Amino acid sequence: MCLGVPGRVIEVSEFTATVDFWGVRKDVSLMIVDEPVSPGDYILNHVGFAIRRIPPEAVEETLAMYDMLMAGDAADLMAVDVRGEIEGAS
Amino acid sequence: MSVLPDNAPLQFRDPVLARSMAATLARLMRELDRPLAIMHVCGSHEQAIARFGLRSLLPKALDLIMGPGCPVCVTDVPEVDEGVLIAQQGARIATFGDMLKVPGTVQSLADAQAAGADIDIIYSPKQAVDIARNTTQQVVFFATGFETTAVATAAVILDDPPPNFSVLSAHKYIPPAMEIVAGMPESRIEGFLAAGHAATITGADVFEPFVARHRIPVVIAGFEPIDILAATVELVELILAGTPRVVNTFPRCVTAKGNLAAQEQLWRVFQTVEGRWRGIADIPDGNLRLRDEFAHVDARKRFTIDLPSLWDFAPPGLARQCICGDIMAGMRNPKDCSLFNKECVPENPIGACMVSNEGTCKIWHLYGGVPDLEVTA
Repeated sequence: MCLGVPGRVIEVSEFTATVDFWGVRKDVSLMIVDEPVSPGDYILNHVGFAIRRIPPEAVEETLAMYDMLMAGDAADLMAVDVRGEIEGAS
Repeated sequence: MSVLPDNAPLQFRDPVLARSMAATLARLMRELDRPLAIMHVCGSHEQAIARFGLRSLLPKALDLIMGPGCPVCVTDVPEVDEGVLIAQQGARIATFGDMLKVPGTVQSLADAQAAGADIDIIYSPKQAVDIARNTTQQVVFFATGFETTAVATAAVILDDPPPNFSVLSAHKYIPPAMEIVAGMPESRIEGFLAAGHAATITGADVFEPFVARHRIPVVIAGFEPIDILAATVELVELILAGTPRVVNTFPRCVTAKGNLAAQEQLWRVFQTVEGRWRGIADIPDGNLRLRDEFAHVDARKRFTIDLPSLWDFAPPGLARQCICGDIMAGMRNPKDCSLFNKECVPENPIGACMVSNEGTCKIWHLYGGVPDLEVTA
């Protein structure tokens, strides 16, 4: 559960962001993240909280492994972890 | 095997780079010319190492060991007992799914649930608060996880939760556990890989005192197989050169100072106290407990928890053979355990390391510890 999951910010209202995770839209708290977050940014979500804004130049390499996990065996431990992190957003 | 064959069926984003890193490791280990043990402290790292078969790329003399990196596994028996006792008093327990089967002295939370207790599986502390908002029942968030997760617990506590919400904190703080493992007289660990996302919160600098005290290098690693290999190369280079220091190989997520806003919330709500990590040791400053200012949301203050009332029962015989503690301290591995994959399997776990998806035994059960390259195809 240390893995977290990256998602793309769609909308921001005060301390909550609507974030897209592979087509699933969820609300993520911005209470913890220490940088301003805007639509189009990618954040790393852990248990329903953005813990980091992912630098734009690092988005592609960050997504690569998650893309593979999301497309692979759903019972894989890492995939289970990632799906759990998506469930953590409300 | 130290170098990948050209047709290796591994799913690296950059197989050429992976092969060159494996070759570099082989060269460094030839130069070092002796066995070397290094430790990582993160269940997600172990998942990636096992899933991608990284150990099959390492030179035989290099032992990459998982330490106490599974927060559920190090949750001590009396902490589970506290949750069970609170549940038996009619409160609803909200906790992460991995916690349900972790053995207590007499019952696990799953046993308590089967006996009628209300247990909710959640994926975020916010969901525990939501449950509390929609009921008059007492709702207790049984909180596990390292500092990365404790920050989220701190945030919901600071966000004015309803009066029927409280927290039973079993949160743990990783840096003191590294101190204990490094200081064990029988320890052969000469370097640590630190978990990238925990360091996202605390910053790379948090490991400086550790390095100064123990003269052991710490390299902060990301989670992709290539990240872990790169960090391992860095760590072996530091050991070979005899220049212990902190190196951050995951700058896209980790800064020197970390997330200051998150640290402020974490330390406003929590303080470190000495506590036992299951099977390992009493760890000074290893447990995160609520500060006195937050006594009103502390389940330990709200409920009467009479642990000795449970302890007239002897633990079941098989549990005495469990070597989870030695595994998490890096002394032995799951294949040294007489129960592993026999009496102890994920469907019927004897020890906590077989319960959690981040436990060494469960990960090795699923992927194998040192899988053949063919098997990982």
